[in-house]
Amino acid sequence: MPSSITVSSDPSVQYLLRIGDTCLILAQRLAEWCGHAPIVEEDIALTNMALDLVGQARAVLTRAGELEAEHGGARHGEDELAFLRDERDFHNCTLVELPRGDFAATMLRNLAVAIFLELLWQRLQGSSDAELAAIAGKAVKEARYHREHAADWVVRLGDGTAESAARLKAALDLLWPYMAELFEGDGVDDQAVATGLGPRWSELQDDWREGFASVLTAARLALPAERAFRSTGKLGRHSEHLGFLLAEMQHLQRSFPGGVW
Amino acid sequence: MSPAPLAGATHGAATSRSERAWAVLATVLDPEVPVVSVVDLGIVREVIDEGEALTVVVTPTYSGCPATEVIEQSIVAALDAAGLGPTHIVMRRAPAWTSDWISATGRDNLRAYGIAPPGLVDASRGVALRFMPRAVAPLACPRCESMDTERLAAFGSTACKALWRCRACGEPFEHFKPI
Repeated sequence: MPSSITVSSDPSVQYLLRIGDTCLILAQRLAEWCGHAPIVEEDIALTNMALDLVGQARAVLTRAGELEAEHGGARHGEDELAFLRDERDFHNCTLVELPRGDFAATMLRNLAVAIFLELLWQRLQGSSDAELAAIAGKAVKEARYHREHAADWVVRLGDGTAESAARLKAALDLLWPYMAELFEGDGVDDQAVATGLGPRWSELQDDWREGFASVLTAARLALPAERAFRSTGKLGRHSEHLGFLLAEMQHLQRSFPGGVW
Repeated sequence: MSPAPLAGATHGAATSRSERAWAVLATVLDPEVPVVSVVDLGIVREVIDEGEALTVVVTPTYSGCPATEVIEQSIVAALDAAGLGPTHIVMRRAPAWTSDWISATGRDNLRAYGIAPPGLVDASRGVALRFMPRAVAPLACPRCESMDTERLAAFGSTACKALWRCRACGEPFEHFKPI
């Protein structure tokens, strides 16, 4: 088994890993629906969105590897970053690593993340890093389609049968405590603002709440109250679920180092 | 169906290397929509003749488009076969590709192939985000031209297509999404 790599603690690299890993891990969760969605159109939609997210993750991780090298660290490629890091070196928010749950949970999480990413990509179009700005210019269009898709389903489920509404409500109760982490700030955000790399994620919170609440209202649900709990995936401290996900996702590269198609 | 030649394609031997390259590129088809050339799709942004090598600047349609690498290989192979190589491909993300860059010929070829071409992006953006029931801009069936159509799914067989159905002729069809 090839040795795991560790990544630089440089704040700019960390900022990019938070974005790239959030896209990558959500893509992996969505791909679990391949062959399992309730109808074939949704099977195709979920894997299409997974593909968009993988594409975004590849671009952002590639840029993170370049920045790491520019800042005197090792130069890791996208595949090394995706397949050779251990759990503690992943910086996705915990929300996206939670098990996919039922279709309602998947749609509710997609909605929360798509609204967030669309807001983030919009802001990153003005990044001082030209490559990140270019990636964002492409990704923001894709996020809009993802948001639209998830919003349709959340309303349809919440305003649907007693069973679908109950499942959506259960998904909100389960996932809501993990959404607050998106807007937690620290020195990584401060540095990103100082260098013009990107916004503090907390700056996106008001618009996110407004967008998320408007869909919940149409789905006959209300925004739950704030909780004290904060997950810490962005800091590399994850739930018990990420290790299992990585074991599956990284299996081929760990067993056949450097294997390519 | 042959793609429309570019202006530089018919000038004969007097044309420059980059003009001849554009003409060759107009015959390289998108592997997932094999009636639209990479030029008509709008993903070839620039061809630069730098003496030794020819640089072709390409932009991706979608971040995760799996056809990107095949397209790059096809471009290199076609230019090599025409004796215009060696070719160097540069991937340029900005400005981001938009379906508005698909040429009139490309749109005609899509329609003839049974894929409804995208409308202009600004027109689709103007429709406010709505939840069920959604007001989706009407679309003509590429087979019978009826406007009595409905969208079945926003995501289709590839990242760039949505799935529609015509109520008049009963046929399903694909729509190349505006983005």
